[in-house]
Amino acid sequence: MKKYIDDFKVIQNERLNDEYVILTLKHPGKMPEMMPGQFVEVRVDNGPNTFLRRPISIHDVDVEANTMKLLVQEIGEGTRLMGKLNEGDICNLVYPLGNWFSLPEKPRVLLVGGGCGIAPLLYMGRHLKANGFKPQFLLGARSEDGLIALDAFRELGEVHTTTEDGSVGTKGYVIHHPVMRTQTPEIDQIYTCGPEAMMKVVAKYAKNNNIKCEVSLENHMACGFGACLCCIADTLDGHKCTCTDGPVFDSTYLKW
Amino acid sequence: MTASGTFGYGEEFMDFFDISCLGGVLVKGTTLEHREGNAYPRMAETPQGMLNAVGLQNKGVHYFAEHIYPRIKDYDTHMLVNVSGSTIEDYIKTAEVVNELDNIPGIELNISCPNVKEGGMAFGTSCPSAVSVVEAVRQVYKKHLMVKLSPNVTNIAEIAAAVEGAGADSISLINTLLGMAIDAKTRRPLLSTITGGLSGPAVKPVALRMVWQVAQAVKVPIVGMGGIMNTTDAIEFMLAGASAIQVGTANFIDPCVTEKIVKGLEAYCIENGFDKVSDLVGAMEV
Repeated sequence: MKKYIDDFKVIQNERLNDEYVILTLKHPGKMPEMMPGQFVEVRVDNGPNTFLRRPISIHDVDVEANTMKLLVQEIGEGTRLMGKLNEGDICNLVYPLGNWFSLPEKPRVLLVGGGCGIAPLLYMGRHLKANGFKPQFLLGARSEDGLIALDAFRELGEVHTTTEDGSVGTKGYVIHHPVMRTQTPEIDQIYTCGPEAMMKVVAKYAKNNNIKCEVSLENHMACGFGACLCCIADTLDGHKCTCTDGPVFDSTYLKW
Repeated sequence: MTASGTFGYGEEFMDFFDISCLGGVLVKGTTLEHREGNAYPRMAETPQGMLNAVGLQNKGVHYFAEHIYPRIKDYDTHMLVNVSGSTIEDYIKTAEVVNELDNIPGIELNISCPNVKEGGMAFGTSCPSAVSVVEAVRQVYKKHLMVKLSPNVTNIAEIAAAVEGAGADSISLINTLLGMAIDAKTRRPLLSTITGGLSGPAVKPVALRMVWQVAQAVKVPIVGMGGIMNTTDAIEFMLAGASAIQVGTANFIDPCVTEKIVKGLEAYCIENGFDKVSDLVGAMEV
């Protein structure tokens, strides 16, 4: 898929809570096609200590409006600066990068996200629904505050939640939710993105139950398009770039 | 030119601009055998720069010759191969393979990689070892031999002069500066290898000083690099004595940066009354 570098305009910065914002970015013309699971590299302007771009998942795409949404968790200086972008500001992107989730072969699909890892699952959910699937979502967080954009997910399918403190949904981690505890799981395919520890548990569950599972990694990157070889994942075929061979991998391909 | 390890094999940048505008592309560090490189994490952002510890991940020179060379050999620019090794024998055998590739007009001998346990930088940090590897490769390599120097030395001019004497056709500098970063929260190093190579604007003043020092010490052309982010940076390196420049880390932030610098150099010459870019070389007025 052809890559581009373009100035997008920030048309909305929706603050969800102290930690998360959703940026809506408008393409200057006709936005090229982007697939769920792909990401963009955001240039962070005016940071005294930031230097590299920041890889951010594509959260949602509106083809008609030529806009995309990025869900940004403010973790470090770069993402905090992104959280301060205002309407009308320019946001320079290298995009669309990486591979994407495949469409499932069988109908029963579960998307499992934790923390900011829910970001690509919304766009994937939309893609699944558009292709006739009825996706279920299982979204986990530390507490109620971390469960974000639930209404957007509910428009696409059934949403299950877990929180570590039990403030909402099932208490515990995603793996503790009944949808993943049944003796005979009613799932044919899992897509997951989130903290590595969570994805490893989900991948193990999928393997034990013969469920196909695609994981989306969030490795640190410099370039985002295969030039620097910094973001490697350990696979059955040795080191592979998360940015070009991933970020989506079949869970059984990773040396986890 | 684009610096080795920051521009892949050129293919990665084709969507962004026409690489035929470049003087050359230095392809990824190539070794005799396949190398997996170092474990993750291999990169850390630092103020105005980054540390890397990739460790020369590549599929080896035979794979390059059989599978990659056919794809890139007709690119309309100089495709140069960066050659690295653990032993002199490795360097010789790798250079011999590349010598047979008609459309590769030269190699850059990497005696300065800080991210490998054996060889690499060790060859470039003393005059006798630098001379021995350059002389050995010179015997078997018949085309343009560029030698890339390490900044992790006390007297770089001395090494440059020794390398010139051993038969180098040109000298490129600087490779990355050995550095490290620690996460105070976790009290752990940010790189799996603990130390890595620092690049980006943070190293530019050091690189510029070294290019200037080397320019006083050798007659062969110098290829300057180290933190070049824009046309102005490139001009500074030429004024210090570089006949050509390489752009490295900047490619990660702006994949079109080299095209902009090529155009920018031309514009600078027109604005300042220079007939050609080469008139800038060593033109610093003291």
